Amino acid sequence: MTPRTADRWCPALAPALLLRHDPVRGADLLVLPERVVVLQGHGGAVVGLCDGTRTVSGIVGELAERFPGAPVAATVPAFLDSLRQEGWLK
Amino acid sequence: MTAPVTPVPPGPAGSTAPPWALLAELTHACPLHCPYCSNPLELTRRSAELSTEEWTDVLRQAGELGVVHTHLSGGEPLLRPDLERIVAAAEAAGIYTQLVTSGTGLDEARLASLTAAGLRSVQLSVQHADPRAGDRIAGRPSSFAAKERAAALVRAAGLPLGLNVVLHRDNLDAVDALIELGVAWGADRVELANAQFYGWGLLNRAALLPTRDQLARARETVERRREHLAGRVDLVWVVPDYFEGVAKPCMGGWGAVSLTVAPDGTVLPCPAAASLPDLSPPTVRDRPLAWIWEHSAAFNRFRGTDWMTGPCGGCPRREEDFGGCRCQAFALTGDAARTDPACALSPDHRLVREPADAGRAVVPPPYVYRRPGAVPPAAPVRPARAADG
Repeated sequence: MTPRTADRWCPALAPALLLRHDPVRGADLLVLPERVVVLQGHGGAVVGLCDGTRTVSGIVGELAERFPGAPVAATVPAFLDSLRQEGWLK
Repeated sequence: MTAPVTPVPPGPAGSTAPPWALLAELTHACPLHCPYCSNPLELTRRSAELSTEEWTDVLRQAGELGVVHTHLSGGEPLLRPDLERIVAAAEAAGIYTQLVTSGTGLDEARLASLTAAGLRSVQLSVQHADPRAGDRIAGRPSSFAAKERAAALVRAAGLPLGLNVVLHRDNLDAVDALIELGVAWGADRVELANAQFYGWGLLNRAALLPTRDQLARARETVERRREHLAGRVDLVWVVPDYFEGVAKPCMGGWGAVSLTVAPDGTVLPCPAAASLPDLSPPTVRDRPLAWIWEHSAAFNRFRGTDWMTGPCGGCPRREEDFGGCRCQAFALTGDAARTDPACALSPDHRLVREPADAGRAVVPPPYVYRRPGAVPPAAPVRPARAADG
């Protein structure tokens, strides 16, 4: 992802998707037709910020404050990009 | 049916991992009469169906048990006047709802009330790309036109749309046109499921069984179109297990991923399991869903790998295909614990290979359409006998 994209793209969940916490399994899930995706680690926290108002840079900034020391700048843009390629983020 | 979830590691030893998905057969009543229907030969009467309150409670229990996905199916679920309340109950339980419908009876007002209740997505059955052929296979005039209208309504409502197509001798040559129909109707997903032969499908096997050539051409078409449609329409091909020499991982394993609740509250590990004569399946009218999932004899009968017999026991694939389909093993050999005859390693493999390779009648036999009373309960379809060994 180019720095330019990171400042302009405001990711949002595609309409068919549901992000929910699963208390039975202690996991965050993305639920869509015919599929359930179990989000690993802090994946749920990342996707939870994808509300269509925050840029990728903004999301990275918030996560860096919330999880000091975590390599968010290096991993989060690639993670969001992979979700976009699946069609789960717009 | 394909497994609906991304596999995750099993839970701690000795515990039963919770189910992900629930197939709710809300009614066996249906305006369509498809000869490969996945409902059992003995259809449940409407007077025996669970009430609204009973379905509400089943869905609440399912959510607490760990179910996150439900298919609201039938028969035709739109025939339940309380479908909106059932959708709302699933939504309240945190369960993602997918309506599986023939499209007959779906109008703008009904879809609006279902969407308002929380409906998340719709899957529409399609029998053929040609309207007259579609109506003939479904056994109902004008059913194709109803589907076309329903698809347009679903798209206009902004819900994800899937088309479910069962493939067989009568429509495999139209697979390109079926995919094109999916594109034209705005489907996000087209499931091309080769017919499975138990229940109604087995009864109609002589009419439905395709040739290897037909399958090879259709598969090639699907692979070509899948490349072109990547990122736009998800094309799912469910393998024809009579022809592959490999058993399907039926239901992702018995009592592993999902459960089926029949219209009268009977709980089954798969929709075809009602055909197993000595299963004694439990019902939500007698027992909590969690007990049924974890402790009932029916759900533990073929769970895991300890029950396996014959070549399955030491097979390196036993954790991949789970021994195949129990209902197919029973339907063809009379013993549900045998290796699925679809597997080339099964001593009974000839029971699928011989019909698969036999010559086809130029004019196939007429369909036995799925309707109550089409098969007298006094004369059930007898399973073919297995070879010894």
